[in-house]
Amino acid sequence: MKRFLRRFNPEQIREVFLVLIIFLIVFIFSRLIPNYLNTIFINRLSTSVAIIGVLAVAQTLVFLTRNFDMSLGSIVGVAAYILGQQLWWHPEIHPLMGIGIAIGIGMVMGAINGILVAYGRVPSIITTIGTLAIFRSFLVVYSDAIPITTNNLPDWIVNLNQISLFSFNGFELKILFSIMLMVVIIFQLILIYHRFGRRLYAIGSNPSAARIAGFPDRRIVFVAFLLSGALGGLAGFMYLSRFGNIMVLAGIGLEFAAIAAVVVGGVSNSGGSGTITGAFLGAVLINLLENSLYRSMAVSEFWRDAILGILILLAVVVDYLVIGRLRKIWVREGFQVHMDGSQKKMEDTSNVE
Amino acid sequence: MSNKTGIFSRISAHLKGWEGLLSALIIIIFLLNSYIAPNYLTVGNQINLFILSIEKIIIVLTMAFLIIIGEIDLSVPSIMGLSACAMAFYYKNGIDMGFAIGIGLLIGLAAGAFNGFWIAYVGLSSLIVTLATQMCYRGLARVYLEDKSIGQYPEWFNLLGQKNLIGPFPLSIILFLVLLLIALVILQYSGFGRRVFVIGNNEDAAIYSGVKVRRIKFTLYIASGILASIAGILLAARYGSVRGDFATGYELDIITMVLLGGVSIFGGSGSLYGVFLSILIILNLRNGMSLLSISSHFQAGVIGALLILSVLGPNLTKRILNWNKRRKAIIKSIKNSAEN
Repeated sequence: MKRFLRRFNPEQIREVFLVLIIFLIVFIFSRLIPNYLNTIFINRLSTSVAIIGVLAVAQTLVFLTRNFDMSLGSIVGVAAYILGQQLWWHPEIHPLMGIGIAIGIGMVMGAINGILVAYGRVPSIITTIGTLAIFRSFLVVYSDAIPITTNNLPDWIVNLNQISLFSFNGFELKILFSIMLMVVIIFQLILIYHRFGRRLYAIGSNPSAARIAGFPDRRIVFVAFLLSGALGGLAGFMYLSRFGNIMVLAGIGLEFAAIAAVVVGGVSNSGGSGTITGAFLGAVLINLLENSLYRSMAVSEFWRDAILGILILLAVVVDYLVIGRLRKIWVREGFQVHMDGSQKKMEDTSNVE
Repeated sequence: MSNKTGIFSRISAHLKGWEGLLSALIIIIFLLNSYIAPNYLTVGNQINLFILSIEKIIIVLTMAFLIIIGEIDLSVPSIMGLSACAMAFYYKNGIDMGFAIGIGLLIGLAAGAFNGFWIAYVGLSSLIVTLATQMCYRGLARVYLEDKSIGQYPEWFNLLGQKNLIGPFPLSIILFLVLLLIALVILQYSGFGRRVFVIGNNEDAAIYSGVKVRRIKFTLYIASGILASIAGILLAARYGSVRGDFATGYELDIITMVLLGGVSIFGGSGSLYGVFLSILIILNLRNGMSLLSISSHFQAGVIGALLILSVLGPNLTKRILNWNKRRKAIIKSIKNSAEN
């Protein structure tokens, strides 16, 4: 047991848990629903995970600094609408340029959040609840109630949803899903190896200690919001290519979905702990459940929200009780627990002194 | 002079702070609205404004307590929906209306207690618990009514919100005023209220000085659940029908009203006077914008901006004042050293 404990740490065990739960859900539903794991289902799942996955990464970056980004839903809507309008008016825009436009629009909105939170010292929940409404009302005024429809968009963006990088026995690796995977991998590596990522954890673990240690805490929080906005813009691009029809209310409620994914994935906004991988697994878990419940005839569609809510609560409770206890065991066993997944033996540090 | 605690000096102390700013704002809004619509400032019109969003305003009272204690409840609109849907469902299945209302209230109580259990006794984050229960209760509301909408209640139920009880005041307004008075006395002038502020300021200190933190939090969540279900039933009476997606998205308006009233999101400070003024501001501001036929989404944006400015403004003035003070101190020290 001790040896087992030495090899892993709480965060890794949580991720293993999440994977096991995902397999369990797949197993249960494949018993309930005939022909459950067909290729259509998996392909559909991968496209619906893509948007939430990117938003979960965005929310994780902000969560790690003990902040919230409630405005993500509106950022997605605004970015998707403006990009759609630009593509409508100028169909000759290059695809990469289109992604750039969406990310740029998202960054502007993220910068507004970041300036208010980091430099204006307005609590993030107030700022982003406010900007959630402000960005949405900007969209209402800007769009003048004219919807963007698939017919007005150039073909490449409408078809992007269907294009897959490669397919194997009908299982397709969709391009949107691979964009999301890339985002997840890049940001996970940044969080583990790059100075910026380490500083995010430092600020989340103890903001005043980080400030006293001389970290540019305001700039880091600002950059976290900027990146969150940029990823929101990217999600807006994906939203446009997935749905094609953009109305004034596009992307409403996505901020809650992102928070749910992040929370199930074990990212905490009160202690700088959690990983991008966890958030991604949380997004997969929620989407899998939602889609599976949708397909199963035994569960009426009206029970879906109730079951999802209960499961999210359950995930939080299990996390608190199990992982919290494991962490105590680690501390007792003399391991220094790093919240992000790395661990070091305490004796090592004491030898140095 | 300094130990004079007459009512006027107390009022002037209030007016110098946040409440003064809010009062100035409300006067400006009154003047602007009177300019747009000449006979705007009448009791009848104000009562009308209150009737049109009485449900949110009632919940604002408990939300103020919860935010002062350092927690939050995002599940209130779902509790409203759940208890109204349960009431409609049982009424439709032949239960007497009074009993059905009782069941709705009981469900509100249970929902609040469920939140309170996880937050107060298990110690989970209130934001996350109520986010999850928001989905949960909304789902249960849908389970009750599926996608139907249920109307045709007894006559007396429909008149609950509209019929004038005393003078020009209908029952819902009187209920709100009574609740406001009770909340004011409890929060500002009772031991319970003092404890709420102590917990909000420093929970550990409160625990070590023997305050029953868990019980107080649990009580507040139960109160929040009951007031939310009262609000849901009043909303059903005003609309005359109930649906599963009843009252969605109310939480942001409610929280905005509390925070604009000067209650700190970190807990520990705020007053119900400020909250009442902010209710007046938001209702009249929205009404004024409706008079100018501004769309409701744009109104939400304006109120969002007001919310941010209400925190940003004092922050910036404080910083400028500090900067000015420091500048003067530096100039003074330079002068002193020059003289020496």
